[in-house]
Amino acid sequence: MIRFTHVSKRYPGGFEALSNINFHMEKGAMAFLTGHSGAGKSTLLKLVALIEYATRGQVILDGENVTGISKRRIPYIRRKIGFIFQEHHLLFDRTVFDNVALPLIIAGYRHQDIGRRVRAALDKLGLLSKERLYPVTLSGGEQQRVGIARAVVNKPMLLLADEPTGNLDPDLSREIMSLFSLFNDVGVSVLIASHDIPLIETLEYPVLSLDQGRLAHDVSGAA
Amino acid sequence: MSRGRKNRRQPQHHWQDNLRRLLSPGTFVQRHAQVALDSLGRLYRNWIPTVMTAAVIAIALAMPCGLYLLLGNLERLSGSWEGQASMSIFLKQDITDTRAQALLAQVEEWPEIESVQLITPSQALEEFGRQSGFADVLGVLEENPLPYVLIVLPAGEYIDPVAAGTLRDRFSGLPETELAQLDLQWVQRLAAILDIAHRVILIISVLLALAVMLVVGNTIRLEIQNRREEILVTKLIGATNGFVRRPFLYGGIWYGVLGALIAWGVVEAGFWLLSEPVSRLAGLYRSDFSLETLPVQLLGILLAGGTLLGLLGSWLAVGRHLDAIEPS
Repeated sequence: MIRFTHVSKRYPGGFEALSNINFHMEKGAMAFLTGHSGAGKSTLLKLVALIEYATRGQVILDGENVTGISKRRIPYIRRKIGFIFQEHHLLFDRTVFDNVALPLIIAGYRHQDIGRRVRAALDKLGLLSKERLYPVTLSGGEQQRVGIARAVVNKPMLLLADEPTGNLDPDLSREIMSLFSLFNDVGVSVLIASHDIPLIETLEYPVLSLDQGRLAHDVSGAA
Repeated sequence: MSRGRKNRRQPQHHWQDNLRRLLSPGTFVQRHAQVALDSLGRLYRNWIPTVMTAAVIAIALAMPCGLYLLLGNLERLSGSWEGQASMSIFLKQDITDTRAQALLAQVEEWPEIESVQLITPSQALEEFGRQSGFADVLGVLEENPLPYVLIVLPAGEYIDPVAAGTLRDRFSGLPETELAQLDLQWVQRLAAILDIAHRVILIISVLLALAVMLVVGNTIRLEIQNRREEILVTKLIGATNGFVRRPFLYGGIWYGVLGALIAWGVVEAGFWLLSEPVSRLAGLYRSDFSLETLPVQLLGILLAGGTLLGLLGSWLAVGRHLDAIEPS
């Protein structure tokens, strides 16, 4: 699903955020990405999300080399990926339903399909009763789940999560993580950046550990 | 990695899938209608700034439109005079009444001529006396000094300067003619002035059209800045530039349409305010002239122009500012 070959990322000014990263995450796998802040977690996710581009090496997503991809192609690759952010990035002038429907509208689904799929996603995340509410009236955990519903509604092949439990208490965090496990069980690849080591250790998934831009653990066996 | 080659085909498949979905007529129309309505709803929710922007556009559109209509009315008026643009043929002093009548009968047969009227010296003297107030003084004259005059109205196609000149030369060539005089000159001067006015209005129109585009462009630019977060999120979840652009382009179109509709109201109101004094003035000239207001075609042009300018203006803003917003 994701393959990095000798990937380095140097920002203008000379700071090298990632150096010589090699890893391969199989289709349908789930893995955690850990490390101190500044270790390069976000940069690695941005390379996968095509927000940043590797200065050296090759990034292959779903069999497609995206290292020097054309700008016109980017939206179509992003549609294969569901993003979950720490700041969830919901649109506050729209209802929960409209927020979750956004990826489907972008992809050009028919009106009837949109309703059906959005309700299915909201149902899975226990938010069906909240579809008409505005995000601002929801709790932090509920907002995060709306963000997850939006990420999965399009049935993406890959879920990317950047500190999805960063603002949540331990119980909610565990609940969110088990949701990711559920999606992984139905074949979605999941990559989660998190520094919540205690929580990660209770879950039996491979861990990619970044330290100052380098992969500290060899995780080839795990992924 | 053995899957690599096989999977490389998948993006294309995905792309074709997307294309099929986008081009299915129901979806295509549906999503455009949806975006158009969404944009309109957004303008409606913030109706005060919307109306203010639309009013600026309306004034800029109403100006050339109103001027153009005024000019059209003026041309209609001068056109009705142009029909009366006549030629005066003064006959020689020694022409007798029988000869003048014979000439009249002869000239009436000419194809260049719409109508011709013979004014006898006594009629002319009487009219001159009446109009000048010198009737008493004129009574002292022993002999009428005025000649016979033919007042010639050229047929429609002989009104233009060249043909009228030829017709005058034909009259000059007649042995009975003392002097053939064209009364068209002032009409031609008026036409020249109106031509200049046309040009001026064209220049004003172009400048104001530019102003409309800039107003719409600036409004849309602000709108883009306000919705920066939304643009970032939609780009991040796979929106194409076209998708992100669309609501702003529709927004620009709505501004243009609203501006055109208000402009129409402004022009109608302006002409309504003018109509009463104009018909009073016309009454003083014993004319039943009245102002003609916006014909349907011009309303169509106004709407189409507003739409186009709105679209172009927003296109300018979108092209410049949207690409700059990329997730980071």
